[in-house]
Amino acid sequence: MTVATQAAPAAAQEQEMLISGSEAIAEALTLADIDVVTAYPIRPYDTVMQAIAKKIANGQLVAEYIVAEGEHSQFEIVKHASTVGARVFCGSSGVGWAYAMECLVVTPALRVPLVAMVGNRALDDPGAFGVEHNDALFVRDLGWLLCWIDSSQEALDTTLIAYRVAEDRRIFLPIAISADGAFLTHSQAITKVPSKSLVEKFLPPYNRGDLQLHPDNPITVAPQVNEDWVIEIRRQNNAATERAYTVIEEAYADFRRVFGRGPENPWFEEYMTEDAEVILMGMGTLSLPVKVAIRKMREEGKKVGLIRLRWFRPFPYEQLAEALRKAKAIGVIDRDYSFGSPFGSGVVATEVRAALYNAEHRPPLIGFICGLGGREVTLEDVYKTTEICYSAAKAGKTERATYWLGVRE
Amino acid sequence: MAETTTFSNATQVLEPFKGVKKVTIEEYFSSGHRTCQGCESALVMKLMVKAAGPRTIVLGSTGCMYVANTTYYSTPWVVPWMHTQLGSSGSAALGTAAGLKALMKKGKMKAEPINVIAFCGDGGGADMGLGAISATLTHKEYNSLILLYDNESYANTDIQVSGSSPYGAHTTFSPPGKVKRIMHTRWKKNTAGMLAAGHPECRYVATVCASYAVEMMNRVRKALTLGGPTFIHSLDPCPKGWDYDPMLSHELGELAIESGIFPLYEVEDGVLKYYGKTKAIVEGRPRKPVREYLLKQGRFAHFTEEDLEYFQAKVDQMWDKWEIPGVVCFRKDVEAKA
Ligand SMILES: Cc1ncc(C[n+]2csc(CCOP(=O)(O)OP(=O)(O)O)c2C)c(N)n1
Ligand code: SF4
Ligand SMILES: [Mg+2]
Repeated sequence: MTVATQAAPAAAQEQEMLISGSEAIAEALTLADIDVVTAYPIRPYDTVMQAIAKKIANGQLVAEYIVAEGEHSQFEIVKHASTVGARVFCGSSGVGWAYAMECLVVTPALRVPLVAMVGNRALDDPGAFGVEHNDALFVRDLGWLLCWIDSSQEALDTTLIAYRVAEDRRIFLPIAISADGAFLTHSQAITKVPSKSLVEKFLPPYNRGDLQLHPDNPITVAPQVNEDWVIEIRRQNNAATERAYTVIEEAYADFRRVFGRGPENPWFEEYMTEDAEVILMGMGTLSLPVKVAIRKMREEGKKVGLIRLRWFRPFPYEQLAEALRKAKAIGVIDRDYSFGSPFGSGVVATEVRAALYNAEHRPPLIGFICGLGGREVTLEDVYKTTEICYSAAKAGKTERATYWLGVRE
Repeated sequence: MAETTTFSNATQVLEPFKGVKKVTIEEYFSSGHRTCQGCESALVMKLMVKAAGPRTIVLGSTGCMYVANTTYYSTPWVVPWMHTQLGSSGSAALGTAAGLKALMKKGKMKAEPINVIAFCGDGGGADMGLGAISATLTHKEYNSLILLYDNESYANTDIQVSGSSPYGAHTTFSPPGKVKRIMHTRWKKNTAGMLAAGHPECRYVATVCASYAVEMMNRVRKALTLGGPTFIHSLDPCPKGWDYDPMLSHELGELAIESGIFPLYEVEDGVLKYYGKTKAIVEGRPRKPVREYLLKQGRFAHFTEEDLEYFQAKVDQMWDKWEIPGVVCFRKDVEAKA
């Protein structure tokens, strides 16, 4: 739903471009006037760095563009640049993100508002370029805010929103924007690109304030604290993550006010859920085949809907419990795995189950692991998912908690 | 946004201190730390930042100079200071310098030359962080100094052998035992020589020892003045790790130089200059026998006569066989095959 609240329609200040998810992020970074960006090659996220390099080479963006010698350095360099007050960007995929792990750990702890892109990719071994969400999910417990997008437009918009949220003094935490490898990083769609002046109305400059490392502000950052202080500091981090519920809602509301578009509900997209008996859930671009399948199934009278989760951290557990209140069965499609987890489910299914634990209405929930390594999630997969959900709805319980779909025997 | 024309790669011009009496009185590393008595590395911190002055940002990687120096609520750092990860001194220097540069270039911060110094230990610098340091030394458009304080072990974690520990040293990972007297059989990595030889656009690499405090500070000042990414390797006697009376720190530093184990030199724009006692050695003054240095330290207490001879022979090679004595380990000539 779009709300037009402005006298001068924002549409006049937007230009339409045919661009990929990665290129859309590069457009947003140019509009956000980032100061330091670090690159290291790994597919598929590297397309964003290629796009930024062109922007810099052509003079559309002035920023320090540093090609690091590995992802560990890539993330450390921007972490430090941010502490002196620079707006920074970074990103990676799969094992590259894993290689940076130590730096991913310290960035939220240091309250550095880095915005990163994860071009989701299967982890080694064996080698695979295709999408899996396990890479970005590494950091889910550490204070990173995590979101998934499913279109070029959402890529651009979410990048602007991410800076606004991350750099809010109430937050000061890094945000990773996950884009499914190939399906989004490489595919183009018509995207509205706003003008710089419009963006400036939405995104204030980054101000590190009294945390800025500068000779005029001679602070000591991250001294050794041991058991004397570390738990208090962890709790502060947790409080910032909790404040993100409010700050994200504010940011989306303001986005709608300035740009005259954007979702009413930041947390997840609901597709045909009003009357849905079976609600399917998932993150990222699997929304495309699922939506097609839902339309087909609706023609046959099956009341199926989709909830596509945008924000995974903070996890919108209250909003989800409300949205899933009327469902007779829930099918969560995970494009990730969590070996040895409760019920052998994927990560999202496990989180949704936990979110519903205190809910009054707890419909049967079935986890599906599907589309790993970039394997296509087919219409058949979605039909099968729905079928299993319907029989669970009928029985009022699940026969099996987790299914692997589209796997050769 | 257009680049402002006011920005340049300017550095602070820090003239050398002309003698100990001319050294500035202000301290930027003061009380509040809890390093061991006689800790030479703490002295290196103090001299390093005294030489750099107040318009300086210091980054420090994990190690004794982090853990023992910056206990929450009692920082000794008068200048801004920030921790960086064990292998990240190169990235800390580069990121900080790049952040400042971008902000000044784009008019988001007042343009002025700010010194950026990242320090690391031998474990953090010569082992884990070597790749990042090497990368930073190729980014000539960012001014920073990386200072490696070499106490020849992973000291903070209880004195473990590193790639910079001397041959045979007793550490908690290389204890002499009944069957193996020498657990650590590797020769010390030649870090400064390697970095000088490997980075043609790095304008300044030097070795220093705080036993020669003014010389040491002046090398820091030169590095910061020349600009671009620069590197200094400091040899720091460590009473705990080397096992000697803390009173002897200064003397052991001198002996390391006089015995030729740790040569003092600088490579400025590709030109090598030996200095101090090392210069005298190159010009023919005899080196002190290594045993004078080794036998003052408990970490070599298990050495036999044979071990001492081996150590002496390896040091002799540095001076007699190396293409550039004490600096580059290429051999002058092919040795006769037995
Ligand atoms: C990635 C990582 N691995 C291991 C450690 C544990 N650690 C903390 S301090 C330290 C010693 C570092 O040695 P060095 O760089 O020589 O500094 P020193 O303690 O000798 O001053 C180690 C290994 C760490 N902090 N980070
Ligand atoms: S162990 Fe060595 S380097 Fe560490 S504080 Fe003690 S003397 Fe200094
Ligand atoms: Mg050490």
